[in-house]
Amino acid sequence: MLKVKNLHTYYGGIHALKSVSFDLPEGEIITLIGANGAGKSTTLMSISGIVPPRYGEIIFLGTPIHQLSPDRIFALGIVQVPEGRRIFPQLTVRENLDMGAYLRTDRKGIAQDIDYIFNLFPRLAERRHQLGGTLSGGEQQMLAISRGLMSRPKLLLLDEPSLGLAPVLVQLIFATIEKINRENKTTIFLVEQNANMALRIAHRGYVMESGVITLEDTAANLLKSEKVKQAYLGL
Amino acid sequence: MNTQSIPFIRRAVSEIGRSLLVSCWFMFLTFPIMVIKVNPLERTIDWQWMRLVWIGLAVFPLSLVWRWLMMRKEQGSAKDGEDSWQKRLGERIRADRKISAAILALLAAFVVAFPFIFSSYQTQIMISALMYVMLGLGLNIVVGLAGLLDLGYVAFYAVGAYSYALLNHHFGLGFWSALPIGAGLATIFGILLGFPVLRLRGDYLAIVTLGFGEIIRLVLENWNAFSQGPSGIAGISRPGFFGIELSLSQHTVFLYFIVLALVAFTILVVSRLRNSRIGRAWIALREDEIACQAMGIDKTKTKLTAFALGATWAGFVGCIFAAKTTFINPASFTFMESAIILSIVVLGGMGSIIGVIVGALVLILLPEYLRAFSEYRMLVFGASMVLIMVFRPQGIITGVRRHYRFRQKEGTEEQGERDAASA
Ligand SMILES: Nc1ncnc2c1ncn2[C@@H]1O[C@H](COP(=O)(O)OP(=O)(O)OP(=O)(O)O)[C@@H](O)[C@H]1O
Ligand SMILES: [Mg+2]
Repeated sequence: MLKVKNLHTYYGGIHALKSVSFDLPEGEIITLIGANGAGKSTTLMSISGIVPPRYGEIIFLGTPIHQLSPDRIFALGIVQVPEGRRIFPQLTVRENLDMGAYLRTDRKGIAQDIDYIFNLFPRLAERRHQLGGTLSGGEQQMLAISRGLMSRPKLLLLDEPSLGLAPVLVQLIFATIEKINRENKTTIFLVEQNANMALRIAHRGYVMESGVITLEDTAANLLKSEKVKQAYLGL
Repeated sequence: MNTQSIPFIRRAVSEIGRSLLVSCWFMFLTFPIMVIKVNPLERTIDWQWMRLVWIGLAVFPLSLVWRWLMMRKEQGSAKDGEDSWQKRLGERIRADRKISAAILALLAAFVVAFPFIFSSYQTQIMISALMYVMLGLGLNIVVGLAGLLDLGYVAFYAVGAYSYALLNHHFGLGFWSALPIGAGLATIFGILLGFPVLRLRGDYLAIVTLGFGEIIRLVLENWNAFSQGPSGIAGISRPGFFGIELSLSQHTVFLYFIVLALVAFTILVVSRLRNSRIGRAWIALREDEIACQAMGIDKTKTKLTAFALGATWAGFVGCIFAAKTTFINPASFTFMESAIILSIVVLGGMGSIIGVIVGALVLILLPEYLRAFSEYRMLVFGASMVLIMVFRPQGIITGVRRHYRFRQKEGTEEQGERDAASA
């Protein structure tokens, strides 16, 4: 579905991605794990066009997208849920969701999707009129994912959805990610620090170290790999 | 004496002590200007000690009142749930359609009758206040909705004014044909400024826009061949009224109604914009730029429309300004002007339409009617600004959003009940 070839991304003089290549097969959950500052978020930012890559190619369903603006990439069906949630604090839950459907005009479909989301996260339904900024961290994460879903993405880029959440909530979020993948056939590219959890729900995984991909395999194999165990699972 | 009153007395004593300190401090600070009076003729110094006493006596109760207000304010914010009477009154008025309709009708009648009740001079003042309402609402798009701090807004006002003045001077173009041209030119300048500042936010944006405002003014001041420099352009025609000759006071009334109509038009457009797609995109952009991009909002287009639309309104008002004064020069377009318009937006309550209107009326009418106090005018003006910012930091009228949240909370409960009932 998405092919990334020899991607190089810079922040001014900082070379954050050094020839990154990978494939995201349609309908799967693919995870990208790695230490702090490895370049995981940068990879997502490059795909979504917010931090455009300097060299390399990104092909989405046959279309090269590495030179498109973020809104064009979004319109093609790639949605990023950025790190740290970044919901709109002064807008209500409902308005935040509406922002997710910004480019859509089919009212019926939007209403349906809102119902779907309130089913997925009943907690959000209770708080639909609360301001985003007053939600708890976990609720904000639910909202961030839901807002991303509102545009019916083909590819969902999730950046550390478990960040700062209690174990129970992490379980819930990961179960929901699996559910979204299963029910809507949404391809999900999941960036995580919580390698253990991520590899459990993912089909495939990539390991990134200082801007380069160092390992790639099925999630099951990575879970068993000595290197991953030592570096990321803390075993 | 019962034990409960002891902390109260202790508190009161400490408050009085502090206020005494404050009044001593004021006596010390004002000593050089209030007490020492040099008599240049006799080459002596008069020591006006009595004045020092008066200052001390005046500052002491003021300080007490001030401290009491601050205390109440802190307590007020501590128990946020309880509504103030203003808020409750606001709720009542908004909730009851009959009351709000009646108030609106009364207001409309007053506004329409204004030029016939009051003198030409009063009408003139009202015209400028209404012009600032428009300017405030225009800048509110940029600052209040899109969250882009623009300190050079006066530049677009100048573009509008000079467009009409020059078109009238060189080609004899009338007000009505110059109005859209002036606004259009201002729009173009808005986009021109928008492009280079697309990447900037906050302080940096403020500095660049400030510079832009000054550049426009300096060009107008120095490019004599184009704008006649500091001497300005005189003899600009007043708006024509179907070719009928009008007396000066009739012109004023006519202009008043033109401005009134434009204000109504502005309110209509701005309230529409707020709830439109682009309005939501502005608000989202103000809140979080990256999230905004992640929602597929075109950042460039959104920012540019905010700048362009804001500038358009300044252009409109610029044309009116030229028509009203019939003489313009660059001195009318200094940074002070931008600062006043920004104060209107901030004091009135960012993002709130009624707030901006009230802000403009207060900020423009107050100094006019304070002329009675002549030399203390600016002092009172400055003090009232400080007071408003201390006691109502969100502006005189708090944005609709707060009210919205309050009502919606009730709605949630209802919703919850309904859900429970249906379950
Ligand atoms: N806006 C920026 N400006 C300059 N350098 C940046 C910027 N954002 C990230 N970097 C640098 O790029 C490198 C990769 O950062 P990135 O955010 O992609 O890491 P990450 O893998 O997501 O880490 P984490 O797990 O901590 O979120 C880091 O060295 C970081 O310092
Ligand atoms: Mg990151």
